[in-house]
Amino acid sequence: MLEYLAIIFTAIVVNNIVFAQFLGICPFIGVSKNLESAYGMGAAVAFVMAIATAVTWLLQTYVLVPLGVEFIQTIAFILVIAILVQMLEIIMKKTTPGLYASLGVYLPLITTNCAVLGVAIMVTQKGMNFPQSIVYAVATAAGFALALTIFAGIRTQLELNEGMPRAMRGVPIALIVAGLLAMAFMGFAGF
Amino acid sequence: MKALTVFLDGLISRNPTFVLILGMCPTLGTTSSALTGFSMGVATLFVLALSNMAISALKNVVPEKVRIPAFIVVIASFVTVLQMLMQAYLPALYTTLGIFIPLIVVNCILLGRAEAFASKNSVGLSLADGLGVGLGFTLALTLLGSVREFLGAGSIFGEQVYPEEFGALVFILAPGAFIVLGLLIALFNRLTAKPE
Repeated sequence: MLEYLAIIFTAIVVNNIVFAQFLGICPFIGVSKNLESAYGMGAAVAFVMAIATAVTWLLQTYVLVPLGVEFIQTIAFILVIAILVQMLEIIMKKTTPGLYASLGVYLPLITTNCAVLGVAIMVTQKGMNFPQSIVYAVATAAGFALALTIFAGIRTQLELNEGMPRAMRGVPIALIVAGLLAMAFMGFAGF
Repeated sequence: MKALTVFLDGLISRNPTFVLILGMCPTLGTTSSALTGFSMGVATLFVLALSNMAISALKNVVPEKVRIPAFIVVIASFVTVLQMLMQAYLPALYTTLGIFIPLIVVNCILLGRAEAFASKNSVGLSLADGLGVGLGFTLALTLLGSVREFLGAGSIFGEQVYPEEFGALVFILAPGAFIVLGLLIALFNRLTAKPE
């Protein structure tokens, strides 16, 4: 039990996927202009990351390792994730139209979200077992959603600042805010 | 001549980092020193040049509907080649860059160039585009790595400029990556802005 708590706490705050590991920066910058889309993206990433990590873990353990073809991991994983996202989209459209309406637009963007492939590869590198991998994936996604929500909240306020120099508007100031947030998150690591 | 224009376009006016703001994860994650930033840039350049050529050569063979998965497979194959080469010849560097080498597959720059340029142009032009964009990315990463290493550890490419004790460690750690990149993009905007 304690072991899982440690994984959860580390993945959410100490080793936050955005602020400490620099993964998933593209959606972090791109989909953080308002709070509503930040919630949607956060939920969609959590959903896909948990399922993708489960499937790629099984693929790695029961197919790639027994056949001795670990070197095609990158190709195999990205294909599985791409197919999975497509399938999820189709299944959600048929069975849960409500969920699809709120998360659907974010799904295609997730194939190229490096956090999903990153987590899938990291759990195999760290040698985690199946339940540990799933917990790690969900906690990492929660960390991503937390970072995205805080950041979106600050960015909506930044939009109101009219005195900002033109060269700093948009991405530059967003990156500097992210830097200050990263500094705050470093507190959890004990700096 | 056209190849040269395409090459220079990728380098400056369509610089992937400062203008298009693409490929942010490796840009932030691997630039704690000038050398690692430069290495990551060259690794991406290698895959981008080869994948651009391969995709351009295959453009009439691949059906329109499955082109995106096909592009991803081509890119992933070259990334695997790179991984195996680095493991064999540069194991120390491979460990330093870590997860960011397999993640070249999902770098939006590669799929972006495949879709926007290589799938519509000749092999030669696609190579020029790949080299230009790849070099633009390498320059940006090297610049960011140099600034961070200079402010954080007082050296550039390992050459000590001032004593390390005077450096501000924060520039080598995570927050420094975001802040320095934000300031560099602002500077690039300022320098390329057209006067009103």
